[in-house]
Amino acid sequence: MFDSSFFAAPTELLLGAITGIVFGFLLQKSGVSRFETIVGQFLLRDHRVIKVMLTAIVVGGIGIYGMRDLGLIENLHVKNAQLYGNALGGLIFGVGMALLGYCPGTAVAAIGEGSRHAIIGVLGMVFGAGLFAQVYPWMKSALLQEADLGAATLASATGLSEWLFIAALAVLALVLFAALERHEKRARS
Amino acid sequence: MICYLRQKNWSPYLVGSLLGMLSWATFYFMDKALGTSTSMVQAAGAVLGLFNESLVRENAYLSKYVVVKPVFDWQMALVFSLALGAYLSAKLSKSRINEKVPTLWANRFGPSVGKRYLASFVGGIVLIFGARLAGGCTSGHGISGGLQLALSSWVFLVAMFAAGLASAFAIYGKGAR
Repeated sequence: MFDSSFFAAPTELLLGAITGIVFGFLLQKSGVSRFETIVGQFLLRDHRVIKVMLTAIVVGGIGIYGMRDLGLIENLHVKNAQLYGNALGGLIFGVGMALLGYCPGTAVAAIGEGSRHAIIGVLGMVFGAGLFAQVYPWMKSALLQEADLGAATLASATGLSEWLFIAALAVLALVLFAALERHEKRARS
Repeated sequence: MICYLRQKNWSPYLVGSLLGMLSWATFYFMDKALGTSTSMVQAAGAVLGLFNESLVRENAYLSKYVVVKPVFDWQMALVFSLALGAYLSAKLSKSRINEKVPTLWANRFGPSVGKRYLASFVGGIVLIFGARLAGGCTSGHGISGGLQLALSSWVFLVAMFAAGLASAFAIYGKGAR
């Protein structure tokens, strides 16, 4: 089908598969592949989603910017800041996530764990992706081309060091985690 | 080692740290960032292409993702094995489920499977529509973008949590607490 081969190179697929197995294994082990955990996070009674995400962001950020500063990696993969698209898309995404109880990655993990309604959710996603493709030209001219700042980061947009933001996020995470643990301990007793 | 793999629940801090380190590995060894929602576009393009190839070729969005690039690429392999990884984890800890209607949903909307499946389908459509408009989802923007301090991703994250919070309370109500 089409102009390119259907499958990418075997090494690339193998590396993707290994990454996916680890990713899915970790999502299931943390419990974020459960409907109740995701909706529970939005209802502010289960905070595992924010704990997992914020920890991944801080640990990941230290490693990625550390490796960049040491010259071990050259490329970052920052997505374009199309602020209207990012904001409106995020809002729509949040509504869908509350209704489905999964995001795309956790829905696929949930299928592996045995959730049946997650299968229907992923079918909806494939259908929705086709739908989006139909309205993309309109979205592009109406929303995505406006306020497009390119591959901006919090650091490049403000002119401050990346490490300042990472340090601030780390402090914020520690304070939040300490507060959540205290709150959860009180709720249990 | 194996006894850790058999445990049901790992600390979210441990899992978060390991996910961060998994990102180190994808950046360093593969020059890639974790993501999932693009694969849904490729899947849609591939399915549509089976029926009407010219429709896909002429579509500005789909053609970007499937015509000039392999449909089954690094990320698609990742997405398929995500399910396998979660299956292995659940199998090892004997926590496999068979969930058609989640309890929290049933408490609010009753035990109807059809109703839940309809909501899942609509939820999936809304979710991916938002993800593609924003240019990523919880993995691509949330984890990969968040850790790179991408402006796009932090705008997305704030919007996602705000809307998720508001809609969860609206949908499941205070009674769910």
